[in-house]
Amino acid sequence: MNWAWFHRFGSPPYFYSVAGKIIPWLAWPAGLLIVAGLWGGIVMAPPDYQQSDAARIMYVHVPAAYVALMSYTVMAIAATVGLIWRMKVAHAAAAACAPIGASFAAVCLLTGMLWGQPMWGTYWAWDPRLVSVLVLFFFFLGYIGLRGAIDDVSRADRTSAVLAIVGFVNVPIIHFSVIWWNSIHQGPSLIRKGGPAMPASMWVPLVLVIFGFTFYFYAVMLMRTRAEVLRRDRGGSWVRDIVAPQEPLP
Amino acid sequence: MSVTASSWHAAAQILRRDLTLAFRRPGEWLQPVAFFFIVTLLFPLALDPELSHLRRLAPAALWVAAMLSSVLAIDFLFREDGRDGTLEQFALSGQSFAWLLLAKTAAHWVLTGVPLALAAPFAAIALGAPADAIPGVLASLLLGSVSLSLIGAIGAGLTLGLRRGGALLSLLVLPLAVPTLIFGARATELSIHGESMAGPMYLLAALSVFGVTVAPLAAAAAVRISLE
Repeated sequence: MNWAWFHRFGSPPYFYSVAGKIIPWLAWPAGLLIVAGLWGGIVMAPPDYQQSDAARIMYVHVPAAYVALMSYTVMAIAATVGLIWRMKVAHAAAAACAPIGASFAAVCLLTGMLWGQPMWGTYWAWDPRLVSVLVLFFFFLGYIGLRGAIDDVSRADRTSAVLAIVGFVNVPIIHFSVIWWNSIHQGPSLIRKGGPAMPASMWVPLVLVIFGFTFYFYAVMLMRTRAEVLRRDRGGSWVRDIVAPQEPLP
Repeated sequence: MSVTASSWHAAAQILRRDLTLAFRRPGEWLQPVAFFFIVTLLFPLALDPELSHLRRLAPAALWVAAMLSSVLAIDFLFREDGRDGTLEQFALSGQSFAWLLLAKTAAHWVLTGVPLALAAPFAAIALGAPADAIPGVLASLLLGSVSLSLIGAIGAGLTLGLRRGGALLSLLVLPLAVPTLIFGARATELSIHGESMAGPMYLLAALSVFGVTVAPLAAAAAVRISLE
């Protein structure tokens, strides 16, 4: 198999121009899917038979949780690629994932608290999945903190990559250990044996928002990576050509 | 990582060297134990000192104090040897770097984990645990501190290049140590209530085995980066 296409992404100018062309193809579908999904979820879907209208926060809460986990996975993969192939663009992508993932984890925690108040009668319960997301949030903070504490870019890249991989190995262990510890959170209701535990009018909007958030994540990730690549190569001639193109002398 | 007779010799030398150095400067490994006692002492002062209430909180107090004091102690693990070039000699020695760091971590465990486990029964008694619980408390701390030391070695490796580990080190290490805390505190709780603590102890042992297998590799990768 020819891997030339993959290695070409190691070149910052090539990545910069290709990513710039891809972003609109992610950002527009993201906007449309989120609007369609939220419309379907908040306006058209029937109220939940037990939780009535309060369950509608699910259309933000569940996708945010999913994307927070996904961004950690993407970050760990990008960090691994950067560590193995010494690809600076991959390190820049890993750095771009962390703040987005931290934000989605925060959104998931906040919507979960708002949902918990009417349903469980409390904003915060010491529930395994809440704790898992909280720990994930701290992983993101630790990653950002470690990256910020090291001045040398290349060293910061590789050190934080090791942390991302260590954290990735630990996420499932932490998840299962907190499940054995205590649980009141409702079980999975979308992907399980025997199909979704809700009617199509409820799970279709949910899936739309999940895809919408996913596209949004990749769009923002590419934008941040482009900016990061520009910042790192700020001395390079290709950056000068983009930022301040010089008119050829007559 | 291939381990031969000369690797065992090298590991024994590191162990001996680190223990000798530590016994010449006892403050470094006695302070974390003192810190452990002070933190456990704060719990009864902040709560009401009724022993039956304290007994319920004893596992939490013991394990939170143990985790904090192990994070405090882990900052010393590689710092001195990183500064004076010893770790660079390790990397150049031709021995497996991960293996040598595992030996250093083992020495660190003997100096911090074992004293902590020996101190824990006294703190547990002070918090109202019955005398029957002493072997259980000792065993759970002894086993749990193995994985705390190994997780700490990763954190120490990651923060080696920084001027100070400090708060960042705790932010990196404590989330990784969540499973150890859960199973360790559960084992201690069961032993204080006089029940069988086999289940959480097996899980603690599994975490330690996993840590011995993987943590030295991660620590070695992190330390190598900061040596360049």
